[in-house]
Amino acid sequence: MIRIDAVCHGIGGQPILRDVSLEIGKGGIVALVGPNGAGKSTLLSLIARLQPLQTGRITVDGHVIGQVRDDVLARTLAILPQHLDVASRLSVRDLVGFGRYPYHKGRPTPQDLVRVDAALAAFELDDLAARALDTLSGGQRQRAFVAMAYAQDTDYLLLDEPLNNLDIAASRGLMHRLRDLARQDGRTVVIVLHDINYAAAYADRIVALKSGRVVADGAPGAVVTDAFLRTVFDTDATVAHVQGRPMVCV
Amino acid sequence: MRSGLSLLAVALLALVSLGVGAIDLWPATLAEIWPVLRDSRLPRTCAALLTGASLAVAGQIMQQIARNRFVDPMTSGTGQGAALGILLAVLVMPAAPIGVQMGMASLTALAASLGFFALVRRVPPTQPLLIPLVGLIYGGVIWAGTTFVAYQTDLLQFVEIWMNGEFSGVMRGRYELLWLAGLAAALIYVVADQFSILGLGDAVSVNLGLNHRQIVLTGLVMISVVAGLTVVTVGLIPFVGLVVPNLVSQSTGDNMRRALPATALMGGALVLGADLLGRLVIHPFEIPAGTVIGIVGAGLFLWLLYGARGHAA
Repeated sequence: MIRIDAVCHGIGGQPILRDVSLEIGKGGIVALVGPNGAGKSTLLSLIARLQPLQTGRITVDGHVIGQVRDDVLARTLAILPQHLDVASRLSVRDLVGFGRYPYHKGRPTPQDLVRVDAALAAFELDDLAARALDTLSGGQRQRAFVAMAYAQDTDYLLLDEPLNNLDIAASRGLMHRLRDLARQDGRTVVIVLHDINYAAAYADRIVALKSGRVVADGAPGAVVTDAFLRTVFDTDATVAHVQGRPMVCV
Repeated sequence: MRSGLSLLAVALLALVSLGVGAIDLWPATLAEIWPVLRDSRLPRTCAALLTGASLAVAGQIMQQIARNRFVDPMTSGTGQGAALGILLAVLVMPAAPIGVQMGMASLTALAASLGFFALVRRVPPTQPLLIPLVGLIYGGVIWAGTTFVAYQTDLLQFVEIWMNGEFSGVMRGRYELLWLAGLAAALIYVVADQFSILGLGDAVSVNLGLNHRQIVLTGLVMISVVAGLTVVTVGLIPFVGLVVPNLVSQSTGDNMRRALPATALMGGALVLGADLLGRLVIHPFEIPAGTVIGIVGAGLFLWLLYGARGHAA
């Protein structure tokens, strides 16, 4: 369980998050949606201790963020950050292999190698395994980084706009894979999405942020409405229902 | 296969290096040439290999920490800091043994490196070329301060010796501390994975539970020890730490576990080759290895910037 308690955060005097409290139970996909600058990425990076917490308290499975050791948390929670400006000439296999670093600390066991192979296979990277990262397309690189987070084998997976750079087939493939992880392995996936339709189709729960506050929280069918789009996103797009799911007509 | 070839090349270079010098080894008996080999040629060959290998590894580690391919400890303050340290040691404790001088040099080199990273932390990541520029200016400022102190205390000649790396003074009994520099470079291999991950950026490092501060400090201590020991023993040699890691990155990639051994080999070969060239060009006189590297390294660097780009992309 991720427990976020009265978290406020400001950058340069500008409030980014205002008194956010949220509980995310184990298992399932939680989509974080909201307009640009709503604080989604900041919230994710605070949970993953990429930025120091200013006020409030966050715990992940009882580990208090800011107090728990980095390597302990690295076996509990993995994050895929949004901006990966990586210039490193690493092979895809090496990169995915580093996902096992929290376990082997530089001395991979045969079991670690099996996990790496499984991650490569799960994200259809076998053919690219020997390629260097800087020779890949944006989408391929994105997949390699998701595979690394997957190889980290944590109960909690935080993904910041992982569908950036992905075409429709790759996007659906990734979301299917995440749904399997959540349903079959009981993992918890918290994912920042811009496309409400992906959130509605794959998430078990949608949490909407606006101006640093939680403004909607619930199952996709209940949350995604015309009024929701108007108040949260200031847009007059309408919601239709296709196959029992809400769908935004853009 | 490739590593076998480079090992062979280094061995050949070393063999030639043993044979070249002011004294002709041929024709002579082993009993006659052994003292020359033992006291001069072997130490000189080892010194060049150790210096090259450790400087190249130090450069690679610094580039991983800075996440910038154009920094080199010898041009961004670490080397100049080492020279300042020796100067201060000579001034304050003129009778101190060379080990104390080296310790002092390593300490000031570490302080200078920490200062460099404190400075470049404020450089926006969108301006990668600013980092080496800031380094050049920063190194230049420390160098100017060192020169001023040396000028005031009539020690300019000493400083010139430290700033111009060369191996003609290397003798048995006067270079052995370089093995420590080699050892420091070899020890960093134990934590090679950490430095590979460091190159992936702060977010990925934190996510994988890396102890960022500790690993950066480990790297900086290694770089400073290498800088201190090499500047005291043979003087400052530029470009090795800049050029070699770039060449290795293009051929071997950035997984440090594979790259570091290749870097050490190529660095050793480059410095030994430069020393050898300096001994041969105006034989029996010599050109300092640092000067040769300055020329060869600048050429290699230009090729790296322009010639190799199509190949790398």
